[in-house]
Amino acid sequence: MRIGLFVPCFIDAFYPDVGIATLELLERFHCKVDYPFDQTCCGQPMVNSGCHAEARATEALFVKNFAQYDVIVAPSGSCVHQIRDNLTAVEQTPDVKHVRENTLELVEFLHDVLEVDAFPWARFEHRVGYHDSCNTLRNLGHGKPSELHGEPFSKPRALLEKVAGIELVQIDRPDECCGFGGTFSVTEPEVSAQMGRDKIADHGRNGAEYIVSADSSCLMHQSGCAARIGAPIKFKHIAEILNGASQ
Amino acid sequence: MSGNEPNPAATLQRATPEAQPRPAKAADGKRVDHARSAKQFLNAPEHAKSHDTRVWAMRTKRDKQAHTIEEWEELRELASQIKTHTLAHLDTYLEQFEANAKANGIHVHWAADGAEHNRIVHEIFTEHGVKRVIKAKSMLMEECGFRHYMDSVGIEIVETDLGERIQQLDGEDPSHIVVPPVHKMRSDVARLFAEQLGSDPDNDDAHYLAGAQRDATRPLILDADAGMTGANFAVAETGGFVVCTNEGNADLSANVPNLHVASIGIEKLVPRVEDMGVFIRLLSRSALGSPITQYTSHFRAPKQGGEMHIVLVDNGRSKRLGMEKFWSSLKCIRCGACMNTCPVYRRSGGLSYGATYAGPLGLILNPTFDAHRYSNLPFASTLNGSCTNVCPVKINIHEQIFGWRQVLAENGHLPWTKKTALSAAGKVLASPKGYRVAIKTTNSALKHLPRWALYNRMNAWGEGREMPSPPDNGTFHDWYRRNRLKNQAKTPNEGDSQ
Amino acid sequence: MSARDDILGAVRTNKPAIDAPAPTVPNYDNAYPQGADRLAALFAERLATMGGTWHALADGQSIDAVLQDVLADKVGKPFDDAVIASNVPEVAGNRPLTESDVPASVHDVDIAVLRARFGIAETGSVCFTEAELTVNAVAYLAQHLVVLLDPAEIVANMHRAYQRDDFVNANYTVFHTGPSATADIEGVLVRGAQGVRSLTVIPAPATPA
Repeated sequence: MRIGLFVPCFIDAFYPDVGIATLELLERFHCKVDYPFDQTCCGQPMVNSGCHAEARATEALFVKNFAQYDVIVAPSGSCVHQIRDNLTAVEQTPDVKHVRENTLELVEFLHDVLEVDAFPWARFEHRVGYHDSCNTLRNLGHGKPSELHGEPFSKPRALLEKVAGIELVQIDRPDECCGFGGTFSVTEPEVSAQMGRDKIADHGRNGAEYIVSADSSCLMHQSGCAARIGAPIKFKHIAEILNGASQ
Repeated sequence: MSGNEPNPAATLQRATPEAQPRPAKAADGKRVDHARSAKQFLNAPEHAKSHDTRVWAMRTKRDKQAHTIEEWEELRELASQIKTHTLAHLDTYLEQFEANAKANGIHVHWAADGAEHNRIVHEIFTEHGVKRVIKAKSMLMEECGFRHYMDSVGIEIVETDLGERIQQLDGEDPSHIVVPPVHKMRSDVARLFAEQLGSDPDNDDAHYLAGAQRDATRPLILDADAGMTGANFAVAETGGFVVCTNEGNADLSANVPNLHVASIGIEKLVPRVEDMGVFIRLLSRSALGSPITQYTSHFRAPKQGGEMHIVLVDNGRSKRLGMEKFWSSLKCIRCGACMNTCPVYRRSGGLSYGATYAGPLGLILNPTFDAHRYSNLPFASTLNGSCTNVCPVKINIHEQIFGWRQVLAENGHLPWTKKTALSAAGKVLASPKGYRVAIKTTNSALKHLPRWALYNRMNAWGEGREMPSPPDNGTFHDWYRRNRLKNQAKTPNEGDSQ
Repeated sequence: MSARDDILGAVRTNKPAIDAPAPTVPNYDNAYPQGADRLAALFAERLATMGGTWHALADGQSIDAVLQDVLADKVGKPFDDAVIASNVPEVAGNRPLTESDVPASVHDVDIAVLRARFGIAETGSVCFTEAELTVNAVAYLAQHLVVLLDPAEIVANMHRAYQRDDFVNANYTVFHTGPSATADIEGVLVRGAQGVRSLTVIPAPATPA
């Protein structure tokens, strides 16, 4: 199985450690991972604003970079949702269909494909609030959203529970959106920041030292809100913890 | 309305109550600016917190109710199928409904739009010499601007739903389709009732205030010449319609005066009586988290000695039925669950939407009335999808919000600056080389620009958040080149090396 | 009638061309208890959550006595002066209702006593049609409502309720679930918003006509 690693633009620019952790983690499980060097973005910033035509060339470049791989893995739920469900501006060639059908978010890949049952190298002795990003939860099916009736499950929590020393805390509004929302964060800055502050407060109130998520964009937004008000909470991408980060 | 617990934050004694935020309305022909109105709402922190707490409490109660019913998700699916079936055969069911209603002695009228609706009702009132009307809550009549029209022709409309009455007395639109004054605190109501009803301005006890309104409204109810209701459902099989209220005001409107006029949107049809079991089980549980509304009233024919009229209103619905991506919004049963779960609605208040319908439902309905005026609304969402999950008739609300963004962008309704910025972004992101240059510039700009330059007025990100700091050792791309490519031949077509 | 034809024409042209059959609606009553007593117990529990009161008669207790027990301190006047409109043979009342009453004229009623057509255990609802009400408005203009309900006439849930023929035969069919209520002022629950302030259900088998 040849894996193409997609490191979304803002992770590339601001959170290289998340990309590194993802690559190293996959390699720990003996995956053969390539990083196509000409990759940029999945087209989400344009598509999120309704500008599909403006995203066409970016989408085409993405497909060109990744069509050769059996599986494409990315440490970002929102980008995977864009690729899988909304990469429609380009003509739907067999390559495009292949890429859309075979792009997986990291947690899904570890949980559903590799069926990982242990992370022996990982130890994280902290109280952690897990942030279900809306895209991973409701569009990718990481878990049972609180609105739906049914048996509870959570793929990311199932993975984190295999990390030694970790203590997962429960928050009051477990899957309330944090307010990032892509371009929403800048078209509705006040509502967005208020939601971010409320989210951080919920985690803090319930004893979390870290907020952990599979979506760096949510973390970027929340950590920006926390820094502005001086909230002492810390942030980590799930890849970093599963790869053995200790703090 | 029933059920919410008092909000502890709001029971604190306040020396001077915080004034109710009143978002500015967009002028005729202008776009509604949701972001600006939301900011005004958030600038009244007590109101904003109380609003979020109360509306979230409805969502919580909804979950509790839904989760007690084993077949909940099946009921949603049934409701969706019944509505889809009805809409796919709407002409047939409308004709069946009309024929049965007429056979039962009901006068049936048809109105293409709000203006025609108002004209028809006005004619009925004129014929009967009606001077005062008692009215139950109806979102359709809000769509039609009915109350304002009746004001202009000198017919007195008395809202009998407490919440709607509060909004009427305050000259404000409803901010929530089920709880019209949900954005108001008790201090606001105390002040309003003191001015309008002569109640004690220093008594903001909800029981006292509700009692003051009951006492003031009762004589108006007894003396009314006509009653008006909307309808939650219209049953083709019987020619009857169903109205759900918690106060019994539809029943007062229909049963006290001899003349009853019901305004019914053409999408309210269901085929059979047995379908009602599904919808009644879903409606109030979704709306307020109560098992049922206190009153579920089925009107099939005029009462003895009475006269009943139905006005079937289109007002854009038949057009919406033809919109491939959006027709299923006509399945909506107006429960408000999508508003209650919406984190944006809860933080911005219903009046910030500047339209008849607020919240997620409003984002997908309002643009069908006026695409330009409401072109900002589909962007007042994080697309988190919770609305879709709570919807009792399974409308794919968040996908329709997303779909509207595309329609609005393609039809030239996006602000020029936004469109230009995204077009430029699309060009940069389609070019590996351009992208590498842009990333380098961003990072070095972040490193070297002073804070005031980063957070000037143009930088919406910086209004409430810090920017992420650029990583010390460069991008992932840089790291990969240093650590993984050092012993390999360079990728031949590497974008940033050309 | 041009608006009618225009609307129907537009609907005919625009309706989605999809194959969408009407589904069969199950009864979903497997989880409900069997037997009148157990359904009545469920009914009583659900009624209470909606703000109603279930009041079974004690041995030898008359319904008149229940009225006094439950409502004497709520009518705001000496109980003997309370205006009681009764539509049931079990209670005499002092304010007869007739079909020719002007609806608004029943606003003086303190207590209306009615028999429910049937009850719904799922929600604790009682059902009336115009036959039980005589003057429909009395169920809303009265200050308090007392309802006799035959425990044998309690159906399990909404699906069972809507299988009855009342909706096809009666002009007006209404479910009452507790008293009139509102939480429109800051979410505080207030009973007696616009209609009745209280609703009491007394289990009482129907007397043969």
